[in-house]
Amino acid sequence: MDKFIEIIFSVSFGYAVLRVTTPLLFASMGALISDKAGVINIALEGIMLIAALTGVIVSAFTQSAFLGLMAAVLAGSLTGAAMAYASLNLKTDIILSGVAVNLIGAGGTVFALYLVAHDKGISSSLRSLVLPKVALPIISQIPVISDIFSGHNILTYVAILSVVLVYILVYKTPVGLQIRAVGENSHAADSVGVSVIKIKYTALILSGAFAGFAGAYMSMGYVSWFSKNMTVGRGFIALAAEAMGGGTPLGTTIACFVFGAAEALSNSLQSLRVPTEFVQMIPYVVTVVGLALYSSRKASQIKKHLRNRG
Amino acid sequence: MAELLEMKNITKVYPNGIVANYKVDFSLKEGEIHAVVGENGAGKSTLMKILFGMHTPEEGEIFLREEKIDILSSSKAIEKGIGMVHQHFMLVPSLTVAENIVLGAEPKKSIFFDKEEAIRITEELSSKYNFKIDPRSLVKDIPVGLKQKVEILKALLRGAKILILDEPTAVLTPQETGELFKELRVLKDKGHTIIFISHKLKEVKALCDRLTVMRNGRNVGVHNVSDVTEEDISRLMVGRDVILTVEKGKPNPKETLLQVKNISQRNQFGQWMLNNASFSLKAGEILGVAGVEGNGQRELVELLTGLLPLTKGEITIKGNIINNYSIKEIRELKVSHIPSDRMTYGIAEKMSIENNLFTDKYDTEPYSKKGILNIKHIKKRSQEQVKEYKIKCNSPLQEVKMLSGGNIQKVVVAREFSSDPQLLIADQPTRGIDVGSTEFIRKKIVQLRDQDTGVLLISADLNEVMELSDRLIVLYNGEIVAYFNDVEKLTEEELGLYMLGLKKQDDELIRGAVHEK
Repeated sequence: MDKFIEIIFSVSFGYAVLRVTTPLLFASMGALISDKAGVINIALEGIMLIAALTGVIVSAFTQSAFLGLMAAVLAGSLTGAAMAYASLNLKTDIILSGVAVNLIGAGGTVFALYLVAHDKGISSSLRSLVLPKVALPIISQIPVISDIFSGHNILTYVAILSVVLVYILVYKTPVGLQIRAVGENSHAADSVGVSVIKIKYTALILSGAFAGFAGAYMSMGYVSWFSKNMTVGRGFIALAAEAMGGGTPLGTTIACFVFGAAEALSNSLQSLRVPTEFVQMIPYVVTVVGLALYSSRKASQIKKHLRNRG
Repeated sequence: MAELLEMKNITKVYPNGIVANYKVDFSLKEGEIHAVVGENGAGKSTLMKILFGMHTPEEGEIFLREEKIDILSSSKAIEKGIGMVHQHFMLVPSLTVAENIVLGAEPKKSIFFDKEEAIRITEELSSKYNFKIDPRSLVKDIPVGLKQKVEILKALLRGAKILILDEPTAVLTPQETGELFKELRVLKDKGHTIIFISHKLKEVKALCDRLTVMRNGRNVGVHNVSDVTEEDISRLMVGRDVILTVEKGKPNPKETLLQVKNISQRNQFGQWMLNNASFSLKAGEILGVAGVEGNGQRELVELLTGLLPLTKGEITIKGNIINNYSIKEIRELKVSHIPSDRMTYGIAEKMSIENNLFTDKYDTEPYSKKGILNIKHIKKRSQEQVKEYKIKCNSPLQEVKMLSGGNIQKVVVAREFSSDPQLLIADQPTRGIDVGSTEFIRKKIVQLRDQDTGVLLISADLNEVMELSDRLIVLYNGEIVAYFNDVEKLTEEELGLYMLGLKKQDDELIRGAVHEK
């Protein structure tokens, strides 16, 4: 038990939380934007895998981590655009398109990996690069704080910045107003000349781009290789975080950190003599419990609301 | 004075074959408030949707200031200075009033949305037209009356000079209605032209300058409001055109089946849609419920069939108080229901005719045994019913939605009648369907009555209620305002006066709707 408390209150645990929360933050911002526009993007998981592999391959062949990142984000955006084309122009069901992208992400990346790296599990034969770590000015001078907040991969800071950017985009710009209007009552938006299709395309492409960042971080920051199914459900946890955060950027961020902490805990506990199978379950159990609490609270709110009306 | 707008020879035929407008002429003078009145289905809304670019007519031309224009879309209409306030608002609930008003034409400060400017625009607009509204409140928090104002302001911001209001007072309280009228008069003084769709004659009298009367898709007259009385208008609106007669003998009423005692119901806006209504129905008779739609008929039917829970009053069917009965339990009392909205409540549109024919009895023998459907029996019955009810189709396996409106209705009727009902609630059973099917269904209803079924017939079609009913009540504003024991002596003019709320019987007469006290 002492060991347990020691882990949680250690500096390295704080650092680890930020490290594992980064991909969740990116992906959940992708979930948030598409949700606001009324197009649910359940393909975040698949897009992350596609982007992660793209980043590794492009950085290996160009020997530029930056180009790798750009390629990953582009791959994410294009996948988002493809989903938009399928659901908005060809009128497929957006959930089914999402499932398809997830399956392509899971299987297609292994196939592509085998073609490029001649391995079905891991990309270690490719000399791919990672994105740099950054020491923050001023903060890196402060003890303890520095150990938690400084020296992260550059994408960790980009992720935190992206929360602010998404907030501004959704709540402070004309496009954001149109995104919210389209998501809530597309007829109303349509009736005043807002192009519903254009807005949904924008949202899905942005959503794909954020998932692209998340994927790039996985293979070019979190670790330095691509491996089969390396996202292990983070795309879905991000969807859960967005729902639990009530669709607001701040709430979603908090939910991401809760899930991130659970994951960091499961990583740290593996050093103790707790069965790994049990420990690895923690982040997912926390997700399920979190969602259950959230929806029961919401249900009671709705009931109360109805009672007040009646 | 020259006409601001003219619609000439407009004909609109819907894909299902209903002629909604036939050679309609319509014109507007600048700066007037022009009422378009008529019963439901008279073609008022269709005509206005054509003007607003939501429908394209098969024939006809539109002239604005003597110049021919084509209005192919709503945005084209807006461009030409025509705005419409729909019955169902086009608003985004979680945005503020100001955000809703500027949506699609947002003011910007560099790349950001300029909230203050949006508020200023809204304030300027509302003070110009004397609208009292807080630009900062969220649309979901404001009452219906204010939501309507937001819609009007939206149209005005986009430069509407001609404003179409589709039954604007249907959702308003009397106070809100009064306020709306004041504001509409301000708009008129500022040079706007208003089209006011309504069937509330008192409001037309109070507000409008001229009126166009629509009946059966035709324009049957344009008048100065000051030249006509409410009685005149009502006669123009409800005159009978085609008379379909149904052979029907004297009724032979048996025991009391249905007793309705003092039931009341509010709608989602808190208005009383049904107010203290009482009546009763015996086996072997047809009780008609006449009235312009939206006067409580829907609530009445939903309460009787269990679609709405009953909170005030009591309904008894065959001695059972059904207040807490589920839809299924009510149906098990041998109650059948022909719903007015057949596409939503009548059928499952993507299923076959055959499947639709037994959706109410799939779980009873011989349609199924021990949880397994008896396909053989279902096939046999569906073939018999298609034949008996003259449902025009290629095969009973055809998707129901591929049929014409009349044949879809026959599928509903076949299902509901074949369960051998003791009480039939027929809500607008022949609305919007062809003459042949109409006649067929009416005959079937009479046939059922002769086999001792009690029929409650709710219809906005005067011809129908007067032809079929043995007894008749009239609903206006949720109240029973008249009861007639002998429908044959009743004239449509007289009935029209009650339906439009110009006359009301005294309580003693209305109490006749209940058989035993």
